[in-house]
Amino acid sequence: MLEESTESEWQSEVKTGTTIIAVEFNGGVVLGSDSRVSAGETVVNRVMNKLSLLHDKIYCALSGSAADAQTIAEMVNYQLDVHSIEIGEDPQVRSAATLVKNISYKYKEELSAHLIVAGWDRRGGGQVFVTLNGLLSRQPFAVGGSGSSYVYGFVDAEYQKGMSKEDCQQFVVNTISLAMSRDGSSGGVAYLVTIDEKGAEEKCILGNELPTFYDQ
Amino acid sequence: MATLSVCQQPIGGFSFEYCKRNAVLEFECNKLGHSIPAARKTGTTICGVVFKDGIVLGADTRATEGMIVADKNCSKIHYISPNIYCCGAGTAADTEMTTQIISSNLELHSLSTGRLPRVATANRMLKQMLFRYQGHIGAALVLGGVDCNGPHLYSIYPHGSTDKLPYVTMGSGSLAAMAVFEDRYEQNMEEEDAKRLVRDAIAAGIFNDLGSGSNIDLCVITKGKVDYLRPHDMANKKGVRTGDYKYKRGTTGVLAKAVTKLDLEVVEETVQTMDTS
Repeated sequence: MLEESTESEWQSEVKTGTTIIAVEFNGGVVLGSDSRVSAGETVVNRVMNKLSLLHDKIYCALSGSAADAQTIAEMVNYQLDVHSIEIGEDPQVRSAATLVKNISYKYKEELSAHLIVAGWDRRGGGQVFVTLNGLLSRQPFAVGGSGSSYVYGFVDAEYQKGMSKEDCQQFVVNTISLAMSRDGSSGGVAYLVTIDEKGAEEKCILGNELPTFYDQ
Repeated sequence: MATLSVCQQPIGGFSFEYCKRNAVLEFECNKLGHSIPAARKTGTTICGVVFKDGIVLGADTRATEGMIVADKNCSKIHYISPNIYCCGAGTAADTEMTTQIISSNLELHSLSTGRLPRVATANRMLKQMLFRYQGHIGAALVLGGVDCNGPHLYSIYPHGSTDKLPYVTMGSGSLAAMAVFEDRYEQNMEEEDAKRLVRDAIAAGIFNDLGSGSNIDLCVITKGKVDYLRPHDMANKKGVRTGDYKYKRGTTGVLAKAVTKLDLEVVEETVQTMDTS
């Protein structure tokens, strides 16, 4: 995470010290995130939904600087709206990811936000794209944010190809729950978005309904 | 403020015109051995809450310049439009000017659309402007209002991120005020309960934070009506002195009195009328 400024609390930049994850299954994607937003050592928003809509069936997960991430998501939302009117149909997930990547790469030095783009389109089905630092890479699953460091081992061990929608949702919830219990900058509630051919379904899992593991 | 002008497309990208000037001035000043004057900050407690019929915004009234209170009764709740008000924490000049600019642009926008402005519009305008200045404009705002879609409350940070929540606090006293909110907030409160909750939250900030003090201002916004209560509560009234240091007339006895008249004549008389309208 970035260094904090030495001035008074209100000048610390607002960060989404975070855990975000996106997983692809046959026929769609599942995105998940925690809900904590911090400024210095204060939690300024404990219920922020970091899964931001880019289009009907394309969402992105925000991490890093809150201002940068929100701004990128809103700009791409606007650009995708125009693009989808121009082509006359729903945009591809790759297009959305490319728009995010273009902004992330061009302003690489000034911005510090990482967005994971995931969604469903007619041509490619469910897809997850990573746009860290301006690269564009399609992956079967992706984790991001400060909490992701604590769960790389877990996701590498537990992920299996060909999981069903329910298995994916459980996998995402477990990952976020584990990350939130170890990362100080992640916490609150867990938000889940499942996107498939029929559309996007949002769900919020409260703190006391999350799965518990050893030591809880 | 060169970039945001009305009737013109704002120039995209980042603008740092005045940052360079400020850096040069600071260097020149330091060369002469002086330090630049500290920007007056409103070390502050501001908060807002959504209740059944609308929004209640609250703010303290102390403006500090370093460790000295510069203004004991400053107004931190700014007008944006007839149905939208905004509390400002951070650098006093920045919050004042930012809210005035957005208020002006919003009025033009509202005339262009022919509709009452929406809170989401004001939020977008504010966040896009603050992001453009990359946090150099030190304005942390609590924006609240009632529009055709109901009551809305946003918190806006200096770097340009926003949160839409049912209750928000900002400023140096925000933790004290948030503690009160987290304890007693309920959905769909009545107006009197909401006013009492906001008053108590600001009072918590005033009494537990050094940067906040003096009185409590409240602004209640409902559909079609705005109550600007300034002051709503004088939490820190100046006390009455129990003793008197003035000596009464006659304490010192007069022994002798001599009066000398000075010989003066009026040479020139000029009258300057003041515009008291």
